[in-house]
Amino acid sequence: MNTVPKSGVAHEAQALKIRRRRFNVSLLLGGTTIIFWLIVALVGPMVAPHAPGQVVDLDVFSPASSALPLGSDYLGRDVLSRMLIASRFTVSIALLATLLAATVGVFCGLLAASSGWIDAIFSKLFDTLSAVPSLMFGLVVIGSLGASIPVLIGTLATVYSPGAFRTSRALARNIAVLDFVTVARARGETLSYIVLREILPNLVGPLAADFGLRFVFVTLLLSGLSFLGLGVQPPNADLGALVRENIAGLGFGAAAVLVPTFAIASLTIGMNMVIDAVSGGRRAGGRR
Amino acid sequence: MTLSGDPLVRLAGLEISVRDAQGQDKIIVRDISLEVQPGEVLALIGESGSGKTTIALSMLGYTRGACRISGGTVEVAGHRLDGLPEARLRGLRGRVVSYVAQSAAAAFNPMLPIMRQVIEPALVHGLMTREVAEDKARGLFRALALPRPDTVGDRYPHQVSGGQLQRLMAAMALITDPALVIFDEPTTALDVTTQIEVLKAFKAVVRDLGTTAVYVSHDLAVVAQIADRICVLRDGMVQEQGRVEEILFLPRQDYTRALVAAAAARVPAAPMPDLPRDAGDPPLIQMRDVVAGYGGVDAQGNPQVRILGGVSFAIERGKVLGVIGESGSGKSTLARVVAGLHAPASGRVNLDGYTLEGEIRHRDKEQLRRIQLVFQNADTALNPAVSVGEAIGRPLTFFHALRGTDRKAEVVRLLDLVRLPAALAGRLPGELSGGQKQRVNLARALAARPDLLLCDEVTSALDPVVAEAVLDLLIDLRRELGLAYMFITHDIGIVRAIADEVMVLYGGVPVELASHEALEGPLHHPYTRLLMASVPELRPGWLEAANSAFSCGSSAGAGHAAGCRFFQRCAISRPGLCDVLDPAVHVGAGQTIACHLGFDGLQAAPRIAQGAIPA
Ligand SMILES: Nc1ncnc2c1ncn2[C@@H]1O[C@H](COP(=O)(O)OP(=O)(O)O)[C@@H](O)[C@H]1O
Ligand code: SF4
Ligand SMILES: [Mg+2]
Repeated sequence: MNTVPKSGVAHEAQALKIRRRRFNVSLLLGGTTIIFWLIVALVGPMVAPHAPGQVVDLDVFSPASSALPLGSDYLGRDVLSRMLIASRFTVSIALLATLLAATVGVFCGLLAASSGWIDAIFSKLFDTLSAVPSLMFGLVVIGSLGASIPVLIGTLATVYSPGAFRTSRALARNIAVLDFVTVARARGETLSYIVLREILPNLVGPLAADFGLRFVFVTLLLSGLSFLGLGVQPPNADLGALVRENIAGLGFGAAAVLVPTFAIASLTIGMNMVIDAVSGGRRAGGRR
Repeated sequence: MTLSGDPLVRLAGLEISVRDAQGQDKIIVRDISLEVQPGEVLALIGESGSGKTTIALSMLGYTRGACRISGGTVEVAGHRLDGLPEARLRGLRGRVVSYVAQSAAAAFNPMLPIMRQVIEPALVHGLMTREVAEDKARGLFRALALPRPDTVGDRYPHQVSGGQLQRLMAAMALITDPALVIFDEPTTALDVTTQIEVLKAFKAVVRDLGTTAVYVSHDLAVVAQIADRICVLRDGMVQEQGRVEEILFLPRQDYTRALVAAAAARVPAAPMPDLPRDAGDPPLIQMRDVVAGYGGVDAQGNPQVRILGGVSFAIERGKVLGVIGESGSGKSTLARVVAGLHAPASGRVNLDGYTLEGEIRHRDKEQLRRIQLVFQNADTALNPAVSVGEAIGRPLTFFHALRGTDRKAEVVRLLDLVRLPAALAGRLPGELSGGQKQRVNLARALAARPDLLLCDEVTSALDPVVAEAVLDLLIDLRRELGLAYMFITHDIGIVRAIADEVMVLYGGVPVELASHEALEGPLHHPYTRLLMASVPELRPGWLEAANSAFSCGSSAGAGHAAGCRFFQRCAISRPGLCDVLDPAVHVGAGQTIACHLGFDGLQAAPRIAQGAIPA
């Protein structure tokens, strides 16, 4: 009989422990980041030391000082104040656009899942929509309608509703064939009862994850549009616009360009970590 | 290699634990010590969740998901498997130990021909050349009694039947001459008539090759046919081990006794007295010449794919009609037609003499209330996001406008009716056991206060002991509430226990309709005979003694336009008659049979059959 090293088993246990720790850490880190940005968006502009358009420094791209904690931007404005206002614009526009996209997408998705001909129409419609490259779509719409905040929200929602539609439709169709839906149908329940009370409650978890992912996409597209000058217009700004206007400061590592860049990254990565942790945990739980 | 006298498999103090979501270790299998001698077949038996598969997989050095071997040793053919690195285990799996899973369909790649997949283990381990392996595979196909053994390997998995695929998977497992083969519920997903063929093939091949095997099953009667020894498991622990005869006839533990009792034939329930009714009253539910199927309907009212062809029956108040047939014979479709979920292409369904509309939306609420459907799989029949109280409460509000405290009280009463504690009302289905879910499922149907329950395989997904209890409950409820059932099952034992009348479906056509008494009588349609003869009995040696009553051939033929649908499997068929003309329906005492031979011909038939079939 040969002696067997226990290392295989021990190794697996170690890997498990690491996986579990990563789950908690990513939830904690991601969650904290998201909550931080939500608070900033909520109260930021109220505590901003200066008006966003006010020139407070004769020097441009000046380094951080006690008066200007994040230095000044390319016109000598206070970067901290501009960051606070820009965060509000980015977070609220992205949130509203995502909410709109999800509402429209999920509503149409559920409707499509419960009726054949509605499905045919909606599927064609949304397929066509998602065939247009999103940045190009944004350029055309905003170029022709002008860059106002409602147009921005509408454009972002339109670009990302097909994804929400497809996800909810697929999920709902899987659930619609389960026996408990058949039982409800056999009882003579109305379509709206079946969709709202039997199907929808089972979609909440997966749709929440989908919502988070879509928020990330919307934030990135919004920042991209702003970077091209199609986003929030001066003197206001969102995070993408801050990056664009201060791009000249990149050469000497000005906070004016680095901080908004970091903000966009942390917002999207934080959301990704939360989604990962939540849906990963769900998967581990489901396996039992 | 093992010296003679040494066991081939030795588990000592095996413990397997799983890490749950909170990061806690939970032991799912503890202190398992067992041995398998070379050439022996050991059965692991127990209900789902008792750890059968977990233990069997440990003999491959494998643990599922977040499970791990947390104590004890696993030794197979001289190799210590616990803690062996994955690479070394891969070298052993398929060569020293191989595995036959419950679902062969999931184990085969649908895109590749069967032969390539069967010989793959031999090639992967570099044991033989392709030619030698293919020869060997054909030999195994022959030994496993597969039809057309020389060419079956050229087919694709979807071109053979489920029972054949299961045997092909056994061939794949045996191609490397492994020291140990693990069979994990290999016949559970098969129909009884197919199961018996597969069992016979397995038994023959295991005997001829002297294979050592571990056979996992929940079915004691099946295990009695194939195993030398039985190990009874419960909650991850060994309850009792012994030779098959010891476990069957001299069980020592209470749990083993309960298992044996559940597996034994049931005593039929006391028949219900006829409810008072006027002579002219129509039956509760009556079906007349119902044809149903899928796809469009042609000018003659025949659907493109015909599932049910001319079904007629009646159920009186408080009576039970058992519907029996193999999977795909149209049993569920029948229930869906009655429930209004599937409109028939032609024919009628009457409730109390009034013709029901084909579709739910044209039926009125009162008609919907009186017929309730209970599904097989309580996991999918209950909405995981809806609490037990809400699930049962909804029909109370929907049909009886009950709300608030009235509704709550009624939910508690219904839970009590199905023998569940009131505290369950606040739980979600995910927190219930299989048996509890099925009771909630039942309570929800009862909440409508129906006259007829359509029970589609309601006990099939449950463990034997739990299924027994649910069946007892159904029998009690019927007495308490005067309910009528249409009881769909593939298990003739259950039908015997509960039904007043039985309808046997084959290929969507009723081949026999028999009262309870007539079912116990000697004269039956050849398919009914086959069904009855295929149910394993709880004694060793039954398999050898069983001859395929009235049947030869293995797979049901493709649907043909005219003639008896059972023709290709019928051993007493009359070619030139049976395959040309639809069988005539013969009516006897409490019994109708659709067979060309009629009662007289069938009476004379057993002798013919005995002569025609080599035992
Ligand atoms: N939606 C469908 N389209 C086409 N065929 C179907 C559909 N649903 C079921 N069938 C077929 O109908 C036949 C009978 O099915 P079913 O009534 O479920 O049988 P059972 O309940 O006896 O197993 C099967 O051959 C099945 O494949
Ligand atoms: S009709 Fe002919 S083929 Fe059909 S069951 Fe009777 S004897 Fe067999
Ligand atoms: Mg069925």
